[in-house]
Amino acid sequence: MSRKKKTALRSGGINPDHFNKSQFKFLLILAPICFVMALPLVFIFFNAFKPIDELFAYPPRFYVKNPTWENFSDLFAMASDTDVPAVRYLFNSIVSTAAVVILTVVISVCTGYVLSKKNFRAKKLLFTINTLGMMFASAAVAIPRYFVIVYTGLQDNFFANIIPLLVAPTGVFLIKQNIDQMPDALIEAAVIDGASDYKIISKIVFPLVSPAVATVAITTFQMAWGATEASTLYIDSEALKTFPFYINSLTGSAGGIAGVGMAAAATLILFLPNLIIFIIMQSRVMNTMMHSGIK
Amino acid sequence: MKKFLNKHSVPILLFPYAVLFILFIIIPTIAAIGLSFTDFNTIQMPNFVGLKNYISLFTNDSVFMQKVLPNTIVYAIFTGIGGYVLSFILAWMLAQMTRPVRTVLTIIIYAPSMTGGVMLSTIWTVIFNGDKSGYLNALMLKLGLIDQPVAWAQSDKYLLSIMIIVTLWSSMGIGFLAMLSGITNGNTELYEAGYIDGIKNRFQEIIYITIPLAKPQMLFGAIMAIVNTFQAGGVGTALSGSNPTPNYAGQLIGTHIEDYGFLRYEMGYSAAISVVMLIFVYAMSEGAKKLFSSDD
Repeated sequence: MSRKKKTALRSGGINPDHFNKSQFKFLLILAPICFVMALPLVFIFFNAFKPIDELFAYPPRFYVKNPTWENFSDLFAMASDTDVPAVRYLFNSIVSTAAVVILTVVISVCTGYVLSKKNFRAKKLLFTINTLGMMFASAAVAIPRYFVIVYTGLQDNFFANIIPLLVAPTGVFLIKQNIDQMPDALIEAAVIDGASDYKIISKIVFPLVSPAVATVAITTFQMAWGATEASTLYIDSEALKTFPFYINSLTGSAGGIAGVGMAAAATLILFLPNLIIFIIMQSRVMNTMMHSGIK
Repeated sequence: MKKFLNKHSVPILLFPYAVLFILFIIIPTIAAIGLSFTDFNTIQMPNFVGLKNYISLFTNDSVFMQKVLPNTIVYAIFTGIGGYVLSFILAWMLAQMTRPVRTVLTIIIYAPSMTGGVMLSTIWTVIFNGDKSGYLNALMLKLGLIDQPVAWAQSDKYLLSIMIIVTLWSSMGIGFLAMLSGITNGNTELYEAGYIDGIKNRFQEIIYITIPLAKPQMLFGAIMAIVNTFQAGGVGTALSGSNPTPNYAGQLIGTHIEDYGFLRYEMGYSAAISVVMLIFVYAMSEGAKKLFSSDD
């Protein structure tokens, strides 16, 4: 509160409290940029609700005149070539995404805690290796990764949707940086009270770094919810594949004319959870990113 | 049992992540390096061929030298460096807004970055659709700029530019948020002190205060930008619907790896391209580190 009082008169510069006409020129630049950024998303929103004659109308109309749920019902009524219903893909996606998010958070907090608060010889080295891991472009080694999948028995296995996605160097990094902000005294006090590391993590660290946990959960959700790698490369059984993969097959050859509306509907189903979760969590994300710096 | 768990908590807590990291990052990298010295084709046992793959990559592979490398460089300059500068400017301007305005605009700018992969191609094919019902074609026909619909995404003339636009649109991700947070949370007293010390305008303010203060977040943003640039190789394939892309116009180093690895099964050769790509990413990240290193 005191900070607010001190800066109550500030209406210019970084992070102002009030609107001032000096901000107007920036708004004048930002508003059109935001408009352009939002436009494609608005297109797809309208397209998802367009009946088929409006989808292929010439000239194309931007907004939808007679909105319909047809595309959504078509999407779920249509089974793929191999008779797997769309709901099955959606179910696979929900289960695997939930598993990836929960496991990534738990693993990242455990690793981040050890790398931040425990003292052992290789600590610095391990953190450096993790930072190098952030620079790792997994697309470069898709083929050796494929062999790892084959040798670990994950090929054509539902867990191929989950396990390869659990390595999140950026997540470990963000959580470690945020645990660094916790005073050591807090943990020392818990140790004196006889708490084990597991208890410290679940009772102290986890609640205190919840903004960072939320951030890692969101970014992991975005990545896992849209992932097609496993369905394309590692899994052959149609019944084990995920929803984004199904959309891909709609927009491709199988979809044809009816595919456009269904693909828009499916894209909306994929996109909206991302957007809603981010809107709810955005202030926590911004707090976490404050400590994202690499020195 | 409990005593054992408590005594060895460090290795136990590190174990799951360490195993995953070794399995999916370290082993694939080592395997790629190993395979790059062989002629592995998935059918016969791999033979050691020395540097042959690397030599033919840089001397024989005309597609790589004439298309892939120039495309990758152009793409990296526009989406990597351009996208990075753009996200800094946007973050800086957003930091000048009051909190509610900033929040709304940030959500709009960040939203496209949540549409990776599949969503990207459905969204943009509506706009760049090749027949006259595509938005861009309809608009340009109406304005009289073209006489016939253009197959934008399938045309070797426009594909790379379209890829750059689409990638820029969706690149205001976590790196952008990091920079926004770094700038917004800068110490306002430092800015006041700066003006007392003779800073005259907003440009000097950015150079002498904002950038030094936000340096660590800017390095994080830079590394994210570099990795995403190379990671996003699939965007050309997704938009044009084919790999190789029409006349190799949208072929990037990532798509070249897939082309040789998954389509031609020349695994050894593909692995050599992977190693070159990893070296690129690493070298650029180290460069960014030098640029943004803070000594405190």
